[in-house]
Amino acid sequence: MKRPQLKRPALLDARNITRLYGPNQGCQDIDFTLHQGEVLGIVGESGSGKSTLLRVLSGLEAPDEGQVIYHSTQQASAAAGSATENLDLYAIGEARRRALLRMEWGLVHQNPRDGLRLGVSAGANVGERLMALGQRHYGDLRAAGQDWMERVELDPRRIDDAPRTFSGGMQQRLQIARTLVTQPRLVFMDEPTGGLDVSVQARLLDMLRTLTRELGLSVILVTHDLAVARLLAHRLMVMRQGRVVEAGLTDQILDDPQHPYTQLLVSSVLTP
Amino acid sequence: MTANSSPFLSASSLDKTFVLHAQGGQQLAVMRGLSLSLAPGECLVLAGRSGIGKSTLLKMVNGNYRVSGGRLTLHFDDGALELSDLPAQAWHRLRRDVIGYVSQFLRVVPRVSAREVVMEPLLARGCDTHDAHQRAETLLARLNLPERLWALAPGTFSGGEQQRVNIARGFIAEHPLLLLDEPTASLDSANRDVVVELIQEAKARGTAMLGIFHDEEVRTRVADRLLPLEGHMLGGTEMPASSAMPVSSESSSATTPSHKESLQ
Amino acid sequence: MNTSGQDSQYSGYNFAYLDEQTKRMIRRALLKAVAIPGYQVPFGGREMPMPYGWGTGGMQLTASILGANDVLKVIDQGADDTTNAVSIRTFFERVAHVETTTRTEAASVIQTRHRIPEKALSKGQILVYQVPIPEPLRFIEPSEEETRVMHALEEYGVMHVKLYEDIARHGHIATTYAYPVKVDERYVMDPSPIPKFDNPKLNMSDALMLFGAGREKRLYAIPPYTRVKSLDFEDHPFEIQAWDTPCELCGATDSFLDEVITDDQGGRMFVCSDTDYCQNRREEVA
Repeated sequence: MKRPQLKRPALLDARNITRLYGPNQGCQDIDFTLHQGEVLGIVGESGSGKSTLLRVLSGLEAPDEGQVIYHSTQQASAAAGSATENLDLYAIGEARRRALLRMEWGLVHQNPRDGLRLGVSAGANVGERLMALGQRHYGDLRAAGQDWMERVELDPRRIDDAPRTFSGGMQQRLQIARTLVTQPRLVFMDEPTGGLDVSVQARLLDMLRTLTRELGLSVILVTHDLAVARLLAHRLMVMRQGRVVEAGLTDQILDDPQHPYTQLLVSSVLTP
Repeated sequence: MTANSSPFLSASSLDKTFVLHAQGGQQLAVMRGLSLSLAPGECLVLAGRSGIGKSTLLKMVNGNYRVSGGRLTLHFDDGALELSDLPAQAWHRLRRDVIGYVSQFLRVVPRVSAREVVMEPLLARGCDTHDAHQRAETLLARLNLPERLWALAPGTFSGGEQQRVNIARGFIAEHPLLLLDEPTASLDSANRDVVVELIQEAKARGTAMLGIFHDEEVRTRVADRLLPLEGHMLGGTEMPASSAMPVSSESSSATTPSHKESLQ
Repeated sequence: MNTSGQDSQYSGYNFAYLDEQTKRMIRRALLKAVAIPGYQVPFGGREMPMPYGWGTGGMQLTASILGANDVLKVIDQGADDTTNAVSIRTFFERVAHVETTTRTEAASVIQTRHRIPEKALSKGQILVYQVPIPEPLRFIEPSEEETRVMHALEEYGVMHVKLYEDIARHGHIATTYAYPVKVDERYVMDPSPIPKFDNPKLNMSDALMLFGAGREKRLYAIPPYTRVKSLDFEDHPFEIQAWDTPCELCGATDSFLDEVITDDQGGRMFVCSDTDYCQNRREEVA
């Protein structure tokens, strides 16, 4: 048997990112590479800086120091052909950054109400990113809306209902459909199962796993729940007081933690 | 069965030490100087008294435990791959394509049907869903799992039923290296026979297997060689402070939704 | 735009009510608006002797461009004889002493609330619109800062969200007035609450169109011969309203009709909303 190809191309590089609101508030010296098709979990307790880091990585907040480099393969200029283009997220300008966020990236908020337009129907929510990309055929938009509602296990007959009539779990699935409809390459998720009942969480987690696999998504997932991390993430970074204290294969972090804090964190989980 | 003599997996002078920070940085050496060589088509069975820590070695090969010292190497036709310093992002592919693990207990994913649990290793490789579906059902049928259970999530299954799902999942993707952690522990004799058949077939395909079998009879039927662990295992349990690490504690995780193996 | 300046016969008021500095400021803003069709230009709005919502934005624009030789027409929903139209017309008769008219073709400046005259406008005419809410993105984005960025980056996907929602609810695009347009393939613009029946008249018009929002202190413009396209879907193209019956007064079949209640027995009739157009047609027939 030949050696399997284990190297995967890098998709996102975080280079020495620091964003501090005060001493130890925020994140410091974060350095890592996300590879294509990888699900990276960022775990830590409240105040560990994981949400700040996610905001910086996802283009919402510029770091004090450091760079976020995205290796884009789309829309490279015609002259450059299909070659990878390295985009420095906070140097490319707001227009390009927002276009990137809208087209190649997606962000799933913990609270679906932050990521949905509650005043318009489920179908319009799912179709919005497509319309932003210039799709102008109502019938196609509607078909895409129904298709994606089915993929996230929502009843497509409810396509014209407003999201506010949906339960929390359904809203979260709608938010995911709305995000994934343009087939982004990179998705950021902030505690995607955070506010949900346990039974609803399980269903959502399974769905996320399946979609991630089917679409070949790369994901950066912030969670405080190690069980969620175990289920979804290939690789983990453990954060404490704004810094990464340990990083590695998910099973290794959870089964054979090296850092005193990781050992404490892993041993503090309650088991029913 | 003529096993190819050049090894697929080799270990030389493997050490494993746990450092317990909660207990003042106490060092717990559990393995010292273990070496082994495993050829394609060979089934090497770990031998040693109960509680000696046989699973530790399997978990090191599977990447769950870090290697503290020594070398752990896979030998491919075009070169060797050192596992002890493999970057984290490489394990995902390696587990998908090369190393399969059949643990004693199934880490149940809530809501996923038994059939899907079994299909998943194939789907992860991008196999056709229809093919994966058929192969999963063939295996579940061979393992005598009642057909009415195939569409149900295994969370509520008995230990034996869960284990058969787990075995089907472990064998379906025909990894070239299989780690078998007591796959027959809670099976009746008919199903033990099926597992023995599966192992014999895997051997015939050239699968290298490293296994733990408590059952004397199964061990005799499948083992090509025994690897004595006495003298290398220093009396640690298979995992330090396991009661203090419930997330990693497989025995308590068999049926609870909060404990899932990374299924990739 | 030749202003005669200081010769208002009413002492205490400058010609056309506003002082010359203010008019210059507004004209500069108008020049910018003409240079960037469809782009909303902020201006230092002044208090007018009327409440917001009665056309103070349009009046400030009219006051700034009016010259002594201009002929002014004021319409409200197409009519020259409603309170709002009469008041504004009288106001400018008093403070600018300009000639006024009800005849579309005779006017050099037409201030309008929510209609475009049926008779095609000609070169040299200026149509001044009264605008309540100038921002077409406001319904979906409350932040002014954000809508400005959205305009700057042409992030207009949400406009179609609104139209999508219309079709989903009503089976067709049910927006009948303030129907959003794209100006010169660049800026999405609210054409003020004119019926969508009038939207085609915005496209490649011979006249200059100016839009003023008093409360929001924004003005924008469509210069003559500018492409103006109503937003739509490929499979739900833009359509204007149509009526089964002609105007019951003049028999016109090509004009925008208002429903008029004629008694308290449920009696009603459909008549031209443009009173000048209707009147002319009836005189021609007579």
